[in-house]
Amino acid sequence: MISWSGLVAQLTEILLAVLLAPILLGWVNQCRAWLQNKSGPGILQPYRTLRKLFEKEAVLAHGASPLFRATPYVLFACMCLAAAIVPILGTDLPFSPAADAIALVGIFALARVFISLAAMDIGTAFGSLGARREMMVGFLAEPALLMTLFTASLISQSTSLATIVQHRAQAEFVIYPSLAFAGIAFTMVSLAENARIPVDNPTTHLELTMIHEAMVLEYSGRHLALIELSSALKLFVYSCIGIALFFPFGIAAGGDSVGLMLALPALVAKLAVGGFAMALIETLSAKMRIFRAPEFLGTAFLLAVLAMLIHFLLEA
Amino acid sequence: MPGPGSALTLILGVILLWLLLGLAGVFFPRNLHLVSRVLFPVGALGALALAAAALNALGQSTHSLILPLGLPDLPFHLRLDPLSAFFLLLLGAVTAGISVFAAGYFRKGEGTPPGLQCLYYHVFIASMALVLLADDAYAFMVFWETMALSSYFLVTSDHTKPEIRRAGFLYLLIAHVGAISILLCFGLLHGSGDYTFDNMRSVQLAPFWATVAFGLALFGFGAKAGMLPLHVWLPEAHPAAPSPVSALMSAVMLKTAIYGLLRVLFDLLHVQVWWWGVAILVLGIASALYGVVFSAVQSDMKRLLAYSSIENIGFILVGMGLTVIFQSYGMHSLAALALTATLYHCINHAYFKSLLFLATGSVLHATHERALGKLGGLIHRMPWVAWLALIGTLAIAGLPPLNGFVSEWLLLQAFLFTPNLPHPYLNMLVPVAAAAVALAAALAGYVMVKFYGVVFLGQPREEHLAEAKDAGIWERAGLIWLAAGCIALGVAPVAVIGVIDSVTGHLLGRTLGASATGWMFLTPISAGRASYAPFLFLLVILAVWLATWLAVRYYYHAGVRRAPPWDCGFPAQTARMQDSAEGFGQPIRQVFEPFFRMNRELPTPFDAAPRYRVSVEDHLWYWLYLPLAKVTDALTRVVTRLQRGRISVYLMYSFATLLVLLLFVQ
Repeated sequence: MISWSGLVAQLTEILLAVLLAPILLGWVNQCRAWLQNKSGPGILQPYRTLRKLFEKEAVLAHGASPLFRATPYVLFACMCLAAAIVPILGTDLPFSPAADAIALVGIFALARVFISLAAMDIGTAFGSLGARREMMVGFLAEPALLMTLFTASLISQSTSLATIVQHRAQAEFVIYPSLAFAGIAFTMVSLAENARIPVDNPTTHLELTMIHEAMVLEYSGRHLALIELSSALKLFVYSCIGIALFFPFGIAAGGDSVGLMLALPALVAKLAVGGFAMALIETLSAKMRIFRAPEFLGTAFLLAVLAMLIHFLLEA
Repeated sequence: MPGPGSALTLILGVILLWLLLGLAGVFFPRNLHLVSRVLFPVGALGALALAAAALNALGQSTHSLILPLGLPDLPFHLRLDPLSAFFLLLLGAVTAGISVFAAGYFRKGEGTPPGLQCLYYHVFIASMALVLLADDAYAFMVFWETMALSSYFLVTSDHTKPEIRRAGFLYLLIAHVGAISILLCFGLLHGSGDYTFDNMRSVQLAPFWATVAFGLALFGFGAKAGMLPLHVWLPEAHPAAPSPVSALMSAVMLKTAIYGLLRVLFDLLHVQVWWWGVAILVLGIASALYGVVFSAVQSDMKRLLAYSSIENIGFILVGMGLTVIFQSYGMHSLAALALTATLYHCINHAYFKSLLFLATGSVLHATHERALGKLGGLIHRMPWVAWLALIGTLAIAGLPPLNGFVSEWLLLQAFLFTPNLPHPYLNMLVPVAAAAVALAAALAGYVMVKFYGVVFLGQPREEHLAEAKDAGIWERAGLIWLAAGCIALGVAPVAVIGVIDSVTGHLLGRTLGASATGWMFLTPISAGRASYAPFLFLLVILAVWLATWLAVRYYYHAGVRRAPPWDCGFPAQTARMQDSAEGFGQPIRQVFEPFFRMNRELPTPFDAAPRYRVSVEDHLWYWLYLPLAKVTDALTRVVTRLQRGRISVYLMYSFATLLVLLLFVQ
């Protein structure tokens, strides 16, 4: 069962994820600023925002139910659990049998449903608009993500993320055509799920375009801080899933301590490249009309299904 | 430990008790106090006893009994085997909650007098229990028809409204078309022997006739289950019935159809052909997608739940189809996995759907509104119902760590471990089917956010909602029982699969063996391939929640201030500005436009009294049912020509018939 050393490693990993997540967000924003010829606020800006928010008093709307107050905590707990089961540095994760790839999608769905319900709780026009749009993005992004994970699971004959990484990192290098399709689908889904351009714009408060921001309009103070931290953590976890599925090289197998020491710089390097790529995509593309989003995500879904079909037809 | 015989006796005792309770209701039809405080609670106790007896019987050998009732020389054969015991367990456990709720639900002056409701209700549950026990075609059909008729009377309990009578007629019609098909199926199955199931088990049918029998069974039981395209009665009948009856129909009656299909496929017919599985799978996927897409655009809360039942039946059929495919190729352990997912989803759906239907019943009583567009904000007025309904909502949306997720997880695992089917087209079908299941499951989340958000959250959309009262103590008790079931089934899957194993062992000769690593970890194939530990999952979520909450409390003392909503600084906020049910469903209407037959009436900017109306209808109604009705009508007109209303003509018919018969006999 669960050993103490494993538990410590696991808790360290969660803590590391929570600490690194705002820096990744800051890095993406900084890269975007550079690409747009701006000087940018520095990669530590999310930390400053979080501190400011945590210290402010929370303003709750009249008519906010306990569900509204509980949601930031549920959200944060979901993202921590997601961070716990995705192999970030090593594959020796005591919590990883708790949830496999399918349950990981379930965790994101749980978070999405809670934030959407909280958005509808106050009963404002923007809140329900945001909830509706978020669920619209979600119902296509969720199966697309699931199919992507399925493709990787089929290759490794396991839905456990730790096993997938172990299998991919240790087996000899093979190019799987199915993974190429899955990779494109995954990139599209990550953009949509993390409220990024071209599906959503994290910096807008314009009613025609906002999705995620519309849902969290009524939050303030520590509640908003927790939501922001969860969003950063979600971006971090998505990046780590991408790394685990498509570039698992460098992740330590088992509890090997030298491997773990080497895994950290590898992770930072991969995240830096990934963050820059995301900033590049965001700079090069324009925000879509909201009803183009289903087409975009439908494409992602079809690509993911295609990836699975290719695996069945060519690689099985 | 009592033997299987005593379990069967106890179950029959409970059924007798239910019939007596029903009779007592007839003698005191207007005595609401007696009905709601004595008869329904006693019935609930009986249901619990039935569940306990069924659970006991699950692990034991089968037991048969011949009841000397019915026609001369045609007694009722009863048999309690693991398959019927499992469905009896489902029936008893869910009915206990529904009956307790019903004790607080039926009021004076609402349609049928409470005593008669009590009769129909108890005859309904007794006949369902007997359907599950029947061991010959004759008894099965008698109980099946009793079930259809008693539920017809329950559906039409508010019979003064014409649309409810219409819904009841449609229900009765499709129930009977299905029943004919089942009867014909039994007619084929019995070969040349008698009509006991024992005889049918020993008959070897030619492949062609086996396929015909399968088709008839799928049609007949599919009509009862609400399978596409025989689903049209379901969204009409479920909303028309009083809420406990809707709950009972959706939770248990649809499952008797699933039971019947399982009984015919895996017990009476021994052969399995792979394409039967494909047929069930495709119909299941069609039902799941169709049900969920339609439920997203409904604006009546009970209709929304009814369409969601079609979706869930779709999931169950997908699992069954996979089971048949695997079984036909001799992949027994995968067949056990798929069958476990099927049965698990049966019991899950029974729990969360009855919970939600009962919650809508409480809302209906408190507000007298069924239209989603006139509800809202009930979490403040009806906290008990709202929080318990939240559990049902999360469960039906298939979210971990509740029960809906477990069966979806098992089903997806069954898809994932399918490679190397010997048929290339099947190999291509599997990923597409898995994608469709994933899509339907994700859409279910959309639907449930709409349902919960519009009914319980936000601002009340009507003035009078401010006076809504929370559910009474009986209603609460029923809801709590079902919500607790949703949590328990979600958190302890290994124990539940231990129960299901005796059914899979009985039908397929192979069990799943849910876990090699203790009760906490669900590892259906092997620990390395897939594992899920909902208890650990819940524990981590709660621990992080608690730690964060304490940390925030400890480090940041800034308080909480109440203020008007911010809403981007928009000053005038009214309840009308929230999304209506139609508004929330609009993206689905747009994305899945070909599914619907839409009629829209849009105002122009110059209308003095602008009117916006949209109605969403079913294509199948126009493509299938109305043409069928027309053909039937035309045929009847032809047949009517034979009826001249003169006795001499009729006598001539008899004479002609006699002549023809004599010719044949010669």
